[in-house]
Amino acid sequence: MIGAILLLTLMGLILGTALGYAAKAFHVEGNPLVEEVSQMMPGTQCGQCGFAGCTPAAEAIVNGDAEVTCCPPGGTSLAASLAKKLGIDIKLDSLQEGVVFAHINSALCTGCTRCYKVCPTDAIVGANKQIHMVINAACTSCRRCVEACPENCIDMLPEQATLDTWYWPKPKAA
Amino acid sequence: MEMLYIILGTVLVNNVVLVQFLGLCPFMGVSNNISTAIGMGLATTAVLTLSATSGWLIEHWILAPFGLQFLRTLTFILVVAAVVQFTELYLRKTSQTLYQSLGIFLPLITTNCAVLGVALLTIRENFSFIESLIYGMGSAVGFTVVMVIFAGLRQRLSIANVPELFSGTPVGLITAGLLSMIFMGFGGLV
Repeated sequence: MIGAILLLTLMGLILGTALGYAAKAFHVEGNPLVEEVSQMMPGTQCGQCGFAGCTPAAEAIVNGDAEVTCCPPGGTSLAASLAKKLGIDIKLDSLQEGVVFAHINSALCTGCTRCYKVCPTDAIVGANKQIHMVINAACTSCRRCVEACPENCIDMLPEQATLDTWYWPKPKAA
Repeated sequence: MEMLYIILGTVLVNNVVLVQFLGLCPFMGVSNNISTAIGMGLATTAVLTLSATSGWLIEHWILAPFGLQFLRTLTFILVVAAVVQFTELYLRKTSQTLYQSLGIFLPLITTNCAVLGVALLTIRENFSFIESLIYGMGSAVGFTVVMVIFAGLRQRLSIANVPELFSGTPVGLITAGLLSMIFMGFGGLV
């Protein structure tokens, strides 16, 4: 029992020390910015950003291949600090507004069908020269329709409260 | 002569991947082109040989004298993990391109069951130190050979006219099965 504990402790110590020295001996000068950014990432390697882990994501962010807002667990605070670190302007308001859906202003819609052709989830219904509308349950807020609309009649708005979706407002912080 | 039998036996007859079915994850994962397959094979060769020999040393110099054989799996895993870490550090220093093309599969050598399996098999077979060194190296060479053969086949498959239903991994698995049957044919060699 004691022998087993001693053995494992000793092996851990020896291997750990050896690896520590090896890490110093084989140290590779990487981009210091990448290392700093990967230190700021949550480090859970969850992969929700689409990269294999936090370090590849940090590389992509520094190279400009990924947005600073690509990390869901990091949330707005990480996005804000990354943007500050890299000198990028992001609209934090757009991150904080909560869930928004495309909303078509029926007074301006000409029924050109361009928005529903670009919609990746078929969330927009309508026909040629008919006023279109959005099915909120299918909308992923990708904003492609906002760019496609020639009349600028699509806005991203929070869902209109119905009896099913309305909830008491949260208590205000004292 | 004994050594030749061990080498032939591990490379062809009892091939780790195709006959013992160990280490299938990198076998399917990193066999998309020959150069990465060779890199993965070489990295695994280093890890396998080192872990088989250090496994022997630990078993006969530390575990057996103190009667701690029940810790075999645990200590072997510890050693394998350390060796893999070292290989990763070394590769990152020496070949950045190989390091990046192997990607996540490099740290995953730790969980490659062929590595732990071979280290445990050398103990079960009661090999001497030199025999276990050759056993580890032979298994690693067998792994590398199969990786390269399979990567070559998959490279050709990727441009072949495979029915859409089977393209990609399914036809890869079928090919692996056929390759395994071919290697079973070496059964009477030793």
